[in-house]
Amino acid sequence: MSSSENAQAYWSENLRIIITYLSVWFVVSYVCGILLVEQLNAIPFFGFPLGFWIDQQGSIFVYVGLIWAYAFSMNKLDEKYDVHE
Amino acid sequence: MSLDVLTYLFIGGSFVLYIGIAIWARAGSTKEFYVAGGGVHPVANGMATAADWMSAASFISLAGLVSFIGRDGGAYLMGWTGGYVLLAMLLAPYLRKFGKFTVPDFVGDRYYSNTARVIAVVCTIVISFTYVAGQMRGVGIVFSRYLHVDINTGVIIGMAIVFFYAVLGGMKGITYTQVAQYCVLILAFTVPAFFLSLQITGHVLPQIGLGATLDSGMSVLATLDQLSTDLGFAEYTAGKKSTIDIFCLTAALMAGTAGLPHVIVRFFTVPRVKDARTSAGWALIFIAILYTSVPGVAGFGRVNLIQTINGTDNAGTEYAQMPQWFKNWENAGLLGWHDYNGDGKVQYAAGAAFDGKKGKPAFDGENRGEYGERAVTNAIADPAAVNGAPYANEVYVDRDIMVLANPEIAQLPNWVIALVAAGAVAAALSTAAGLLLVISTAISHDLMKTCINPNISDKQELMYARIAAVVAICIAGYFGINPPGFVAQVVALAFGLASSSVFPVIVMGIFNKRMNKEGAIAGMIVGLGSTMAYMIYFTFMGGAKEDLFLGISTGGFGFVGMILNFIVAYIVSMMTPPPPAEIQEIVENIRVPRGAGSAHAH
Repeated sequence: MSSSENAQAYWSENLRIIITYLSVWFVVSYVCGILLVEQLNAIPFFGFPLGFWIDQQGSIFVYVGLIWAYAFSMNKLDEKYDVHE
Repeated sequence: MSLDVLTYLFIGGSFVLYIGIAIWARAGSTKEFYVAGGGVHPVANGMATAADWMSAASFISLAGLVSFIGRDGGAYLMGWTGGYVLLAMLLAPYLRKFGKFTVPDFVGDRYYSNTARVIAVVCTIVISFTYVAGQMRGVGIVFSRYLHVDINTGVIIGMAIVFFYAVLGGMKGITYTQVAQYCVLILAFTVPAFFLSLQITGHVLPQIGLGATLDSGMSVLATLDQLSTDLGFAEYTAGKKSTIDIFCLTAALMAGTAGLPHVIVRFFTVPRVKDARTSAGWALIFIAILYTSVPGVAGFGRVNLIQTINGTDNAGTEYAQMPQWFKNWENAGLLGWHDYNGDGKVQYAAGAAFDGKKGKPAFDGENRGEYGERAVTNAIADPAAVNGAPYANEVYVDRDIMVLANPEIAQLPNWVIALVAAGAVAAALSTAAGLLLVISTAISHDLMKTCINPNISDKQELMYARIAAVVAICIAGYFGINPPGFVAQVVALAFGLASSSVFPVIVMGIFNKRMNKEGAIAGMIVGLGSTMAYMIYFTFMGGAKEDLFLGISTGGFGFVGMILNFIVAYIVSMMTPPPPAEIQEIVENIRVPRGAGSAHAH
C-alpha cells in the first residue's frame, strides 16, 4: 500500500470511529436528554426520574466515557496504520 | 479563629502560592509565552483546561441557575460538558498536529487569506473580552462580601495578581498556576457539597444524595416538586421552555464551548497528538467532578432555602429570627424583603417581590424599616399570591448567592466558608488569565507579527505580547469596575459567536479538503452576521418575543447561525475554484498524527 493510500484508509476508519461515537453522543444528549425526556421520566432510576437524571448527570458520565473510548480506539488505529508518534 | 481572619488566610495563602509559581515559571521566549514551550503533561494540561474553562459563572452562578430553573438547567450542564466531546474528536488532535500558536493562525494559514485571519482575530478578541469582564466582577463581589472592601478595590487586587503571573509567565506561568487554582476551586466546591449532602440525605456524594429518600419518606426530588408546586412555582423536574428552544440552546453551548479560543489553545501546549486526545479526557473528568455535583448542590440548596425561610410549618419566619446569613446577603444587596402582609414574618413564594427588572429590589440607601430590614423604594402597591401560592412573595433572592451562601445556610464551620471564598476567587482568576493571554497573543502574534510586520524579532514580539496583556488587563479591570448592565446577555453573545463562526470554520478546514477561502469567509460572515443581528435585535432593540424565529431564544440562535455558516460556505466553495495544492497538502498532513514535533514558529 502506498503511503497516500495508507493515509486515505486511516482517515476513513477515523471518520467511521468519530461517526459511531458522535451518534452515541447525539442519542444520549438530544434524544434521551431532550426529545424523549418526558417519556423517560416515567421510569424511576435510583430515586431519580430517568429523563431528569440523564439530562443533569448521566449524560456527563457518558461524555467522559466517550472521550476515553475515542482516545483508546485512535491509539490502536494509529499503530495499525503505523502513523503513531 | 474568626471568619474574617480565616478568609484572609485562605485567600492570602492562595495568592502567595500563585505568585510563587509565577516566579518559578517565568517565560523567556515567545514559544514559552504562547504555548508553555509545548511540553505540558496531559494530566496537568487537563487540570489547567478545567480551571481555564470553569469560570466564576460555573463556580458561583451555575448551581444557582439550576436551583432556580430546575430541569431546564440541564441545557447548561450538558452544553458546557458535551462540547468537550466535539473538541476531542473534531478539533483538538488536528489543531495540535497543525502546531501553530493560535486559532487565527490556523484560520489564516488554512484559508491562505489575511481577511479570514483578521475576522478570526476579531472574533477571538470580542469573545474573550465579553468573558473577562464578568470574571473581574466576580472577584470584586467575593472580596466585598468576605473581606469587607469596596468592590472596586477587590477588582484592582484581582487585576494586580493576574498582571503578575500572566504578564511575567505567559502561558507557562498561567498553566501551572491554573493547576494550583484547579485544586483550590475543586476542594472549595466539593467540600461544602459533601457536607450539605451528608446533612440532608446521609450520603456523602451529592451525585447519589440527590436520588436519596428523606426522613419524610419522600425522595429529594419529589420533595422539591412538592415544595415548588405548593409555593406556586413550576415542578422542579419539569421543563418550562419549549423543546426546540432547549435543543438549540444545548447545541449552541456545545459548539460554542468547542469553539472558545482560550480553551482551544490549551491543546497546543501538549507534546503529541495523542496527548491532545487524552488531555481532553482528563479535562472533562476534572470538569465532571464539579458539574455532576452541581445538580445536588442546586437541589439541596433549594430545599434548604425554602425551609429556612418559610419554616417547617410553611407559615414564614419572623424577620428577627432569621439567621445571620440572610442579613449578611441583604447588606450585600443580593437579598431583599418587604413585609406585604404586615405579620413581621418573611415568606417566600412564586412571583416578583418587587417592581423592578427581574423583581429586583431598589434599596432606599441605608434606611431601615420597622423590623430592621433594608427599606426599599419599589415595593409593589397591591401584591397578590400567584399560581395558587398560599401568600404573596415577599423576598428577592439573587441566584448568584446559592453557592456562596450555601455553607452559611447549612451552618457549616467557618473554614468551609473561607475555602469557598478562596475557590470563587481561584475560578475567576484562572479564567481571566487564560482569556487575557488569548487577547494578548491575538494582538502580538496574529496582528503585529503576522499581518503588520513579519520582521520583528522574537524578543520584540514577546514585548508586544506583554504590553498587549497589560492593556487588556486594564480594559478588563475597567469593565469590572463599570460593568455594562448586560453582562449575562453578552456572555450568551460570546457562545453564539464561537458556535456560529470559530467552530464551523475550523471543522470545515479539517474535514472538507475542498473548502476554500471564499467559502470560509462567506460562511463566517453569514454565521456571525445573522447571530449578532438576531441577538442585538431581540436583546437591545426590543424585539417582541412572539417574533422569535421558531421560538428560539437568543442564547440558542448560535446553533442556527452555525447551520447557516455550513450551508453558505459549502455552496460558495462549490461555485469558486478549489484551494491550491499546497493547502490541500496541509490538510492531508494534519489528518495524520505522525511528525507533530513541538509547536513551531513560522
